[in-house]
Amino acid sequence: MSLRLESIGKKVGRETHIDAVSLEFEAGSRNVLLGRTLSGKTSLLRLMAGLDRPTCGRVMVNGQDVTGKSVRKRSIAMVYQQFINYPSLSVFDNIASPLKIAKIPKLEIYKRVRTTAEMLHLEGFLDRIPSELSGGQQQRVAIARALVKETDLLLLDEPLVNLDYKLREELRAELQDIFEARQAIVVYTTTEPTEALMLGGNVVVIDEGRVLQTGATPEVYHHPATTKVAEVFSDPPINFLTGRVYGGVARVGRNIEVPLHNHMKSLTEGNYTFGVRSNHLFVSRGSQQDIEIPATVELAEINGSETFIHANHGDIQLVVQEKGVRSVRIGVELTIYVSPSCFFVYDEEGALVASPSREATEAASDRRRHGPHRAE
Amino acid sequence: MARIELSEIAHSYVPRPGEESEYALKKINNVWEDGAACALLGPSGCGKTTLLNIVSGLLTPSRGRVLFDGRDVTTLRAEKRNIAQVFQFPVLYDTMSVYDNLAFPLRNRGINETRVRDRVLEIAEVLELTSFIGKRAAGLAADAKQKISLGRGLVRSDVAAILFDEPLTVIDPQLKWHLRRKLKEIHEKLKLTFIYVTHDQMEALTFADQVAVMYEGEIVQVGSPQDLFENPEHRFVGYFIGSPGMNFLECTIDGKVAHVDGADIRLDEKTAAKGLEAGGKLELGIRPMYLEVHGKPGENRVEAGVRMVEDLGSYKIVTLRLAGRTLKASLSDDQPVPEKRAWLHFPPKWTRLFADGWRIK
Repeated sequence: MSLRLESIGKKVGRETHIDAVSLEFEAGSRNVLLGRTLSGKTSLLRLMAGLDRPTCGRVMVNGQDVTGKSVRKRSIAMVYQQFINYPSLSVFDNIASPLKIAKIPKLEIYKRVRTTAEMLHLEGFLDRIPSELSGGQQQRVAIARALVKETDLLLLDEPLVNLDYKLREELRAELQDIFEARQAIVVYTTTEPTEALMLGGNVVVIDEGRVLQTGATPEVYHHPATTKVAEVFSDPPINFLTGRVYGGVARVGRNIEVPLHNHMKSLTEGNYTFGVRSNHLFVSRGSQQDIEIPATVELAEINGSETFIHANHGDIQLVVQEKGVRSVRIGVELTIYVSPSCFFVYDEEGALVASPSREATEAASDRRRHGPHRAE
Repeated sequence: MARIELSEIAHSYVPRPGEESEYALKKINNVWEDGAACALLGPSGCGKTTLLNIVSGLLTPSRGRVLFDGRDVTTLRAEKRNIAQVFQFPVLYDTMSVYDNLAFPLRNRGINETRVRDRVLEIAEVLELTSFIGKRAAGLAADAKQKISLGRGLVRSDVAAILFDEPLTVIDPQLKWHLRRKLKEIHEKLKLTFIYVTHDQMEALTFADQVAVMYEGEIVQVGSPQDLFENPEHRFVGYFIGSPGMNFLECTIDGKVAHVDGADIRLDEKTAAKGLEAGGKLELGIRPMYLEVHGKPGENRVEAGVRMVEDLGSYKIVTLRLAGRTLKASLSDDQPVPEKRAWLHFPPKWTRLFADGWRIK
């Protein structure tokens, strides 16, 4: 099947929740809706499902207008953030419920529930009721119920957010395999850039009810079209330095001179914002081309294998993500090195005018392995 | 402020516990030094909330003692313990102003208005709440509300410790960075004992100087983030910390070589010798970032199949098959990934050996 949203909008009172969104989804595609809390992800899913009716625009399935059609008459399954199950029904009956409603023969129900339960490692718990299960298992039941009826559209609204970190990791990996084997259009919402990258497929970046950018997930990650997309799609947060181009050079931050090479060669005079991700900032020099950003250390966070150094260049807050464990004292002056070839350049409206080539960013990462200060 | 000591703590929710499995907490001995930033890390159901409730006095343990600065407080009621607690969801009065919310715990204790004012303004400043201090809490964004919640925990200067129970779970990823930074700044400034409970390794490791990892009612390791990452004492720590976690391969030892089904992996001599001595179920453990993936055969390399490559922007995760087992390697984004076949090297320096789950040292 194919699903097309034609400039759909949703207003509640005077508030706009979804603003003229047009999107198209292909059968078998995996799609991530990436955006912050309250950006409109859930509202959009509900419109796709037919749980809410758009204030304007049309929802098209296989070229047919289904805008007003009830959710019951569509081939849709949805998984919510909260683990929603029938509390008094056994795990078996929970998973079987959509099939019973569809009047599937008993034997067939039995077979399909077993297969789905096995896929989600629930085969040992079919007689229990949900409250006798752990949170992770309860969410597996909800996912099993969504999968058991092979629907055309599978919607998952931050399904892993209430689970433990490690469980999330495991279930995410399993879900990828499950999605792979299906012909359904999968739409999955998240606030986390890393989760979006792990799921791959296509990404729709959404903010304040509007679609900011769509495309293949890695493509959007490497070419965020606006400063807002770069913010939403970076964790740690992306670092921004404002600057001005004139006389054949750029001056960024507190008057740091940056020569205009490679992707920045054709920048015309004017004001720009220069964005660089934390994994491209270093506390040691990697090459001749590196520019130096003087900064004061605010904080160093160590996560076991990496160090996140928070430092201020004037009133600009920067985060450096260095491999290895580094002890950095709070309050000391330090020089941050960055290769200009890693800068995303945005104009005054925040639109991308130049993005680094993959070779350039890869070369910068290369230093992490071969650089003079390799942490070992 | 206080040094908090847990001595031989065990707890069961069953009236007359018999077997060990009936204990939610088995045997906990632990010290949190005065003014330290500590974290308690573990999965749901490991007992960390039970332990937290024992520290705060909401629960009296079946066995053992809780000491604050050497004083036994095991049976002391929660409100007498001077512990402040910050929860997962913002706890505040929606109809009150930010100022009144922050002032509440102080006014409750009959502190005079001048001192209340000084302290509230100080905390509001640190948490960047000053610009809307007169506003009602109801209309504020989620992170601002959680900051008020934090502020309510921090405002009392007489507390023995502040307990944080998953305080950043409901916060967006980018804002987490900001709030973590605030918490660290506050800790530097106020030097209070902070105990931070979470299932999120990133939060625990970045927040604390000392992290206690809990598993099935026990603290299996206490250490610095680097220690836990490089030298996990127990396979659970290896698995739980790091994303993806440590790779484990069941093996037998022969001289300096570990046999993993068909594959032979060279160990360093000391580790191999100790492994031979140890006996029990032996497993080799290596972190994905230390596993080398090559495109050609070579000395001390074993052949593996490449199953999947995930591009995570700044690095790649490669899923490999070796002798019927699945392994993960993390590669920086410039490193070429061999197609189909790869040759793995296990640097002896980073290859650990575990016997019955515990690391051989």
